[in-house]
Amino acid sequence: MTTGTTHIDIRPLNSTVTAIVIEGNVTSASEAPLMEAYMAASAEGARTIVLDFSGLDYMNSGGIGLLVTLLVRVQRQGQRLTACGLSDHYREILSLTRLDEAIAIYPSEADVLATVS
Amino acid sequence: MHEMDETTVVETTERPPTTSGPELAANSSGPEGRGGDRADSNWSRPVDRLAIGAVPSSAININVDGRRLVGPVQGFGQLWQKRYEVRLAGADVTPEAVIATWKAEFGSFWPKGSRFYGPVTSLAPGEVALLNLDMPGRQTLSTGVMVIYADDESFTFMTPEGHPFAAWITFSAMLQEGVTTLRIEVLLRANDPLYEVGMSLGGHKQENDFWVATLHNLAARFGVDAQATAEQTCVDRRRQWNHAGNLRHNAAIRSGLYRMTHPRIWFGHPDAT
Repeated sequence: MTTGTTHIDIRPLNSTVTAIVIEGNVTSASEAPLMEAYMAASAEGARTIVLDFSGLDYMNSGGIGLLVTLLVRVQRQGQRLTACGLSDHYREILSLTRLDEAIAIYPSEADVLATVS
Repeated sequence: MHEMDETTVVETTERPPTTSGPELAANSSGPEGRGGDRADSNWSRPVDRLAIGAVPSSAININVDGRRLVGPVQGFGQLWQKRYEVRLAGADVTPEAVIATWKAEFGSFWPKGSRFYGPVTSLAPGEVALLNLDMPGRQTLSTGVMVIYADDESFTFMTPEGHPFAAWITFSAMLQEGVTTLRIEVLLRANDPLYEVGMSLGGHKQENDFWVATLHNLAARFGVDAQATAEQTCVDRRRQWNHAGNLRHNAAIRSGLYRMTHPRIWFGHPDAT
């Protein structure tokens, strides 16, 4: 799923954990591909969604707003939203915006799997 | 003005990327690598507690110093997404020029009665501004905002504990079909149960009227007499009862108590104290 400078794929990590792999920029223009990826992950039975930001180039305030919208949908479905692969800078931004209180942050997908299992 | 369900949210945001200011900012600057200079300078550094420096003598500052920032995750009420927009048809002005003016003269575009005590120069990431908001019954609600993000085509505020909203507010300008368009996008939850009641009893209308009037005033600054549009969508109807305790920070209650214990301001401006 690609739009503008955003490319988003999903990668099942096991039967209940699926990574949404994000490359490029995350802005409010990324809403359609991100939500499509989330719906695809849910359709495969994911209970834990991992946002893999290893390929993130840039995220603005519109992108942060998008994460809240996704968080609401995930919580409504009784799923869990986590993130990994964030640079120190974007870890700070999730701390600044206090999104890290609702989205658990891990260094890597392997760390998410270790915690979930 | 209308209320919609979440399905509509997705539909309304499936616009071409060129119709949104922050997207333009992200795409027009070119790639600079992960966590590069562009990202570093546009975002504020994290803060644990807000601290405000010198305060104008006319400002009431009782609900900002020492407060934490709160966003939609920490709020109590329903989650709302609001958008206000006005087109500067016929004005020969770029989005960057509008944003520069907006940052520099932010409070001057507010409707009469409320005061914005921002930095002397221009709004920049990390800066904290005091707000003294006009309320019914000659009450003044003292609160503030922090600039968490700013670039050439947009800037974003986040609110402190006690503010009526736990919110992010983004102000942006972009070209739409060759016309510079100004937009305010708000993602908010009422901060506590009292504010949530207030929102349902006219608070939403008051908020919408405020920003529509602000955009009208800003358009007039560029010689355009235009009516702004307003849309609002309820993204999450659930209330976060685990955050009902936010009531202890309620800036309206604290401002009212301050007024009761400082009777000189009954007869005039807060600087009478």
